[in-house]
Amino acid sequence: MPFLELSGVGKAFGGPPVLRDVNLALERGEFVAIVGYSGSGKTTLISLIAGLQHPDTGTVRLDGRIVAGPGPDRGVVFQNYSLLPWLTVYENIALAVDQVFPDLPPAAKQAHVEKYIAMVNLAPARDKLPRQLSGGMRQRVSVARALAMDPQVLLLDEPLSALDALTRSTLQDEIERIWGADKKTVVLITNDVDEALLLADRIIPLTPGPGATLGESVPVTLARPRDRRALNHDPEFKRLRALVTNQLLGYTAGRRATVTRKLTLPDILPEDLEAPRTSRRRPLRPQEIKKTEVILSP
Amino acid sequence: MKKFKLDWLVLPLVGVAVIVGLWAVCSATWAKDLPSPAKTWESSKPYIVEPFAKRGEMDQGILRFTWYSLVLVAQGYALALIVGTPIGFCLGLSKAFTKTFDPIIQILRPVSPLAWLPLGLVLFLGTGKEAGTYGALFTIAVCAMWPTVLNTAVGVRAVPQDYLNVGRVLKLSRWKMLTKILIPATLPYMFTGFRLSLGIAWLVIVAAEMLTGRPGVGGFLWQEYNALIYEHIILSIIVIGLVGFVLDRLMSLLEARFKSA
Repeated sequence: MPFLELSGVGKAFGGPPVLRDVNLALERGEFVAIVGYSGSGKTTLISLIAGLQHPDTGTVRLDGRIVAGPGPDRGVVFQNYSLLPWLTVYENIALAVDQVFPDLPPAAKQAHVEKYIAMVNLAPARDKLPRQLSGGMRQRVSVARALAMDPQVLLLDEPLSALDALTRSTLQDEIERIWGADKKTVVLITNDVDEALLLADRIIPLTPGPGATLGESVPVTLARPRDRRALNHDPEFKRLRALVTNQLLGYTAGRRATVTRKLTLPDILPEDLEAPRTSRRRPLRPQEIKKTEVILSP
Repeated sequence: MKKFKLDWLVLPLVGVAVIVGLWAVCSATWAKDLPSPAKTWESSKPYIVEPFAKRGEMDQGILRFTWYSLVLVAQGYALALIVGTPIGFCLGLSKAFTKTFDPIIQILRPVSPLAWLPLGLVLFLGTGKEAGTYGALFTIAVCAMWPTVLNTAVGVRAVPQDYLNVGRVLKLSRWKMLTKILIPATLPYMFTGFRLSLGIAWLVIVAAEMLTGRPGVGGFLWQEYNALIYEHIILSIIVIGLVGFVLDRLMSLLEARFKSA
């Protein structure tokens, strides 16, 4: 039985469905990346797994049990960090630790928090408030908070998309290192195919919304540890990259093909500003305007 | 405009001088009953030079009167916050509560303190001599409550969903959700409400004292009007204004502290 399983999951917010018939099965310890365009329902998918929203149809199961609400067994790293701005780095993480390990003696709690602060290399910023930190540092706090909850599944919702390229690659390395050490089950949502190829065991494209669903998963067979520079020249990397990209592009191409309509463009010439303004011409009536028909097709 | 040294001090003084000049001109020309600035100063001197003197029930140093008023305001204001903040939270958290009570709040909100006071006096008629005090407290609390109520409600509604999601993922208890997330996130809004409420409480105290005849700046003002000592009306107005200004500034400082946090 898969560890995390979504079967026939659909979700709508009053309009056309955002997600429909999403099926996903993850084994324990697997790192899966879900790649898709922005606005295709990626965050909705994470919210459903996290239990922050309930599916309209289908079920989300974790370890055989149906997910009925959010819980600390699924650590979420939100896209916008979601740190509480009135708490320091330490306090933000301690809030989570207090909640998940209420019976831990205070000294052990403190050691636990410190351990995760150190894991994301933020020990010097321990007592700073989020607004005193850079975006990358905030995101690391958010990762540390999720990890400190010792969740069974780590849900990463575009955790690096708001960061500059350099910080992003540093954090990618850090995520891979932490995953290698802890062997958590990870669902990474991203719009960056290279990031997915670098980190994941398996890549699943999400078709563009509305009514998004998961495509066929692509196993990433590249050996670990993966070196970012070496990968660029790896033929297997290039093949997979092309495969995933084509899948994603294929969905949009398929969608475009369905759009055929006739546009009628009015034949209007720009006004001649040089012409003398002696005789004022009457503006054309709609039926006097010559029209050109253009047919848009794939 | 060009800046010069001490412009922050000189320009406000120029403003004051213009108003005092206008006042002097008015009292010298068409408003013969309006005491001139010099006369006002002369007559007010004993109250200012010995600000804490107590010569009789309604003949005390001006700061002593102010102190009485401030004590009463503090009590009424505290009552307003204690009652108003939870109502604000309920309004912000529950749509049903909002639908039930928002219309009546909108109707009660614009009612003048002068209208509430007699009702306050009636409510506490049973307390005999103290009815004035309780009535005044009631009026201050009722009038000063609204900005706190409404700002807290707005603040609670404006708590970002992200913060609430953090609480939900952590499975915080209702109490922890309130103390760890909702209250800290709403604090800046609450303090804006607190500051506005304090301004209103100070407005109300004067009216309440005038009507109940309690010793205080407002009571003093009304008594001196009846005693035909018009200079002291002006003294009272200046003191009321200054105290209100200082209170507002103090609250602004507090507010800024919480906004940055």
